[in-house]
Amino acid sequence: MEAEQIAKMIEEKFPGEVTGTVSHAGQIGVMVKPERIRDICRFLHDDPALRMDHLADVTAVDYSSYPADKGPRFEVVYNMISTSFRHRIRLKARVSGDNPRIDTVTPVWATANWHERETYDLMGIVFNGHPDLRRILLPEDWVGHPLRKEYPLKGY
Amino acid sequence: MGIINNVFEEGYVTTTVDSFLNYMRSCSVWPMTFGLACCAIEMIQYYSAPQHDFDRFGTVPRPSPRQADLLLVAGTLSKKMAPIVRRVYDQMPEPRYVIAMGSCASSGGIFNTYSVVQGVDNIVPVDVYIPGCPPRPEALMFGIMKLQEKIRKERYIRKEQ
Repeated sequence: MEAEQIAKMIEEKFPGEVTGTVSHAGQIGVMVKPERIRDICRFLHDDPALRMDHLADVTAVDYSSYPADKGPRFEVVYNMISTSFRHRIRLKARVSGDNPRIDTVTPVWATANWHERETYDLMGIVFNGHPDLRRILLPEDWVGHPLRKEYPLKGY
Repeated sequence: MGIINNVFEEGYVTTTVDSFLNYMRSCSVWPMTFGLACCAIEMIQYYSAPQHDFDRFGTVPRPSPRQADLLLVAGTLSKKMAPIVRRVYDQMPEPRYVIAMGSCASSGGIFNTYSVVQGVDNIVPVDVYIPGCPPRPEALMFGIMKLQEKIRKERYIRKEQ
């Protein structure tokens, strides 16, 4: 299935949740609101026509150094692939900079556990309901989240 | 060591206890290999490939710090790994030596960032630094021979001059 069709299916299933789509280099990113991210992911995973059974990556983007960008500071990005149908889609959800929180998708894909821990470790996004939200790459007593734009590259 | 002709029967060699001990120790430097990054691949090439054959210098890689004389740190040391390198060093019996192999182990290399230790000499005392990114096996061989020279100059029974 083409990515445009998948984006349309999400929009039909969750009216009001999709805020737009972005297209770059032939890849479609579906911008969604963060509140119902787990329901959307559950739909993508369970729907017999989509069957997104592989969550390739969860990561986040810090938009604080984009002067033209007026949205919330962080963007959580989900890349998923269907190994049966060989199609893929990208979900993007913006979360605020003051209290970056979004629901975990670990119940949908077990692999989200470590991806979300990495995102928490390096970007400081808190995943509500995560079973084990600890740092994964940096030492446990580390202070700060190094991929945020205000974090100094050196001097530690 | 020296050979005195026409004094003893043939086959006698005179030496000092220190030279004898140091010669034996320098020819059995057993490294505890600590491969951390790409330098580890070069290190493996050095000690297990037939072209270079580590063992002829008496350097037999050991899997346990308790049996090792030399800690061979090869690669980029992250701050999360640093306590483990220190613990391995502490577990080694004395006298013990450290070789920092490659730019990253020597100085942090190109990784001048928040997460990388800027040289293993921040963690453990280093005897020989081997430059290179990664060093060729010959460079590692040269580093081992430099360490052997250092060991041969050590003193146990003789007084420090």
